[in-house]
Amino acid sequence: MLDTILQQLIIGLTNGMVFALVALGYTMVYGILEFINFAHGDVFMLTSFLALTLVGLFDLQGASGASLAGGLCLVILTCALFGAGLNYVIDRLVYKPLRKAPKLAPLVSAIGVSFILQNLGLFWGGMPLKVFGGGNQAAAPKAFPDILPAHNLLGAGSGLTLMPKDVLVIGASLVVMAALYGVVRFSKLGKAMRATAQDPAAARLMGIDVDQVIGATFLVGGGLAGFAAVIYSLYINTIHYQMGYQNGLYAFTAAVVGGIGNIPGAVLGGLLLGLVRAYSDQFIGAQWQPAVLFGILILILIFRPSGLLGSTAREKV
Amino acid sequence: MAALWQRLQKQGGIELLIRVVLLLYPFFPVLDWAVQSLTGQGIRLDRQLVNIFIFGLLALALNLQVGYAGLLQLGIAAFFAIGAMTTGVLTVEKYPFQLGFWGAILVAPVMAGAAGLLLGAPTLRLRGDYLAIVTLGFGEVMRIVLLNLENITDGPRGLNPIAEPWLPVFVKDTIGAEKAIYAFALFALVAAVVLLRLLERSRLGRAFVALREDELAAACMGLDPARIKLLAFAGGAALAGLAGALYATNLTTTAEPNTYDFNYSVMVLCCLIIGGLGSLRGALMGALLLMGFDNVVSPLLTRVLQKAIGGDSNFVMASFSNWRWIIFGAALVLMMRLRPEGLWPSRRIAKELHEPPAEVA
Repeated sequence: MLDTILQQLIIGLTNGMVFALVALGYTMVYGILEFINFAHGDVFMLTSFLALTLVGLFDLQGASGASLAGGLCLVILTCALFGAGLNYVIDRLVYKPLRKAPKLAPLVSAIGVSFILQNLGLFWGGMPLKVFGGGNQAAAPKAFPDILPAHNLLGAGSGLTLMPKDVLVIGASLVVMAALYGVVRFSKLGKAMRATAQDPAAARLMGIDVDQVIGATFLVGGGLAGFAAVIYSLYINTIHYQMGYQNGLYAFTAAVVGGIGNIPGAVLGGLLLGLVRAYSDQFIGAQWQPAVLFGILILILIFRPSGLLGSTAREKV
Repeated sequence: MAALWQRLQKQGGIELLIRVVLLLYPFFPVLDWAVQSLTGQGIRLDRQLVNIFIFGLLALALNLQVGYAGLLQLGIAAFFAIGAMTTGVLTVEKYPFQLGFWGAILVAPVMAGAAGLLLGAPTLRLRGDYLAIVTLGFGEVMRIVLLNLENITDGPRGLNPIAEPWLPVFVKDTIGAEKAIYAFALFALVAAVVLLRLLERSRLGRAFVALREDELAAACMGLDPARIKLLAFAGGAALAGLAGALYATNLTTTAEPNTYDFNYSVMVLCCLIIGGLGSLRGALMGALLLMGFDNVVSPLLTRVLQKAIGGDSNFVMASFSNWRWIIFGAALVLMMRLRPEGLWPSRRIAKELHEPPAEVA
C-alpha cells in the first residue's frame, strides 16, 4: 500500500511537471492579454508529432550513449524552437489584429485555431513514415519509442520504480522553470512583462513596446510547450492528435488552481493536478479521470476563482 | 406576383435561393414521395432535413444564451445529451416509466432546463471567459458520466430502442411514423422561431440585450442581472433538451455518449458565428450550411476526390471529411477577423460592430 502511494507520488510529480510547463504558457498569456489561448494545448500536440518525426529521422530508437544524448538535445532544441515559432506566428496572424475587438473574438478565434491545428495533427499522423506506422491509420494513437534506457534506478528488487526518464523529466523541468523564473524576475524583458501584465497602458507610457512584450510572451510560452511536448512523449510513449485539447485543458486547470497570471502558481497548480490525477487514476479509476479533473476545475472556479496564490482579480470594466 | 418577383430580385441571388429553400422545406416529404413513386427510388432528403431541423433548434437554443444574453457557453451538447437521455430513460423497456414520446417530449426540456438552473445559479456571476470554461468542463463531465455509469445509461451502446411516437391510427396509416417525426421537428422549429421572435420584442428579450450590452447600466435601470441571466441560460438549456428528445427519437437510440462532446458544442457555436450572433435567421442559416456541408457536400466531394485519384485511397487527406475541422476552424478565425457580425446578422449587432466605439475615460 505504501509502495503504491509512493509510486503514484513519482508518477504524479512527473505528470505534474508537464502540466506545469504547459500551464506556464496559459498563465503568462492570460496575465497580459486576459484571454484563454485555447490553441496552446494544440501547439503542444503538434510539437510532439514533430518530436516523433525527428526521432524517426535521427534513428534514435537504437542509439545509445553520446549519440543518444546529442540526438535528444537536438530534438528538444528543435521542438522548443518550433513551438515558440508556431505560437508566435499564431499570435501575429490571428490574435494581434483582434486586440481591440470584443473579448469574445480572440476566444472564438483561438478555438478555431485549435481545431485547425488538431486537423493538421491528423494529417501529420497520416504521413507515410515508419514512425507513424506507414500513415495508414492517421487517427490512431502513435507509439513513441522508448528511447531512454529502461532500468530501475532503485535496484531491480525494489518495490518502487524510478526510471531514468522520471529523473530526466523532473530534473529538466526544474532547470527550465528556474531559468524562466530568472528571466521574468531579473532580466529587463521580464520586468517589461511584469509591467505589461500589471497595466498595459501605463507600461506603454513608460516606453515599453507592449507589442514586442506580447510577442516575447508567446515565444516563451510556445517554447515551454514545445519542450513539454518532448518530455511528455518520452514519458507517456503515446501521442495522439486529440491529446492537445485535453492536456491543454488540464494545464489550464492547473493555471487556474494556482491563480491565473501567477507564474509560481502555475507550477504549484501543475504539480497538485498531477498528483490528483495520479491518485484518482489509482483509487477511482482512469476512466473517471476527466470528470475528476474538470470537476475540480468547476469547483475552484465557483468557490475560489482567484486560485490558491492569486489575488482577487476583478474584471476590468 | 410581379411585385413579389421584384422584391426577391432586390434581395439578391443568395437571399432568393435561401427563401425558396426555406419555403420548400415542408414539402420535401411530398417531393420525396413523388420521386419515389416515379423512379422507384427516393432521394431521402427528408432524413437529412430532420437532422438539420434538430440542429437548427440547438442553434436557436445556444443563440438564446450566447446571442441574446451574451453568456458564452461551450457545453450546449451537455443539455442536448440530457434531453436525449431523459427521453431514453422514459421510453425504453428497461425502465418502468414507459411514458412514450409524448411524455418524454414534455419532460426532457424540463430536466434540461433544471440542469441549466443548477449549473447556472452558482456560475453565471463568473466573468465571461471563466463561464466558458465552466460550461466546457460541465459538458465533459456529463459525457464521462454518461459513458461510465453503464448500468444506468448502457454506456457506449446508448439506451435503445426508443419506440416511435404514438400516433392516432389514421395519421399513422396515411403518413407513417418517419414522416411524422419530420413534421414534428419542423413544427417544433417553426414554433421555436415564432416564440423567440416574440421574445425578442418582449420586455424580457429587451432585458437580455440590455444586459449583454452593459450589465452595470442595466442593473442601474432596475434590472436584476442574476435572475435575467439565469432565465436565458435555463431557457436555452430547455430548448436544447427538446432538441435532444427529438434527436434520440429520430435515431431510436440515445447514441454513444461521445457524440455529445466538446466538438459538437463548438459545431453549434460555429453555426452562430457564421450565421450571426443574436440573429434567428443567422442561426438557422448557419445550421443549414454546416449540416449541409457535413452530410451532403462533404461525402459528395469525397466521392469526386476518390474518383479523381483513382480508387479507394487510404491516404488521410483523400477523404474530404478529414478536412472538416480545418474548414470549421478557419471559418471561425476568418469570421472573427473579417465579418464578426456573421453572414446574416441582426441589424443591431451589425450596426454596433461597424460604429467606432465610444471613447471611455
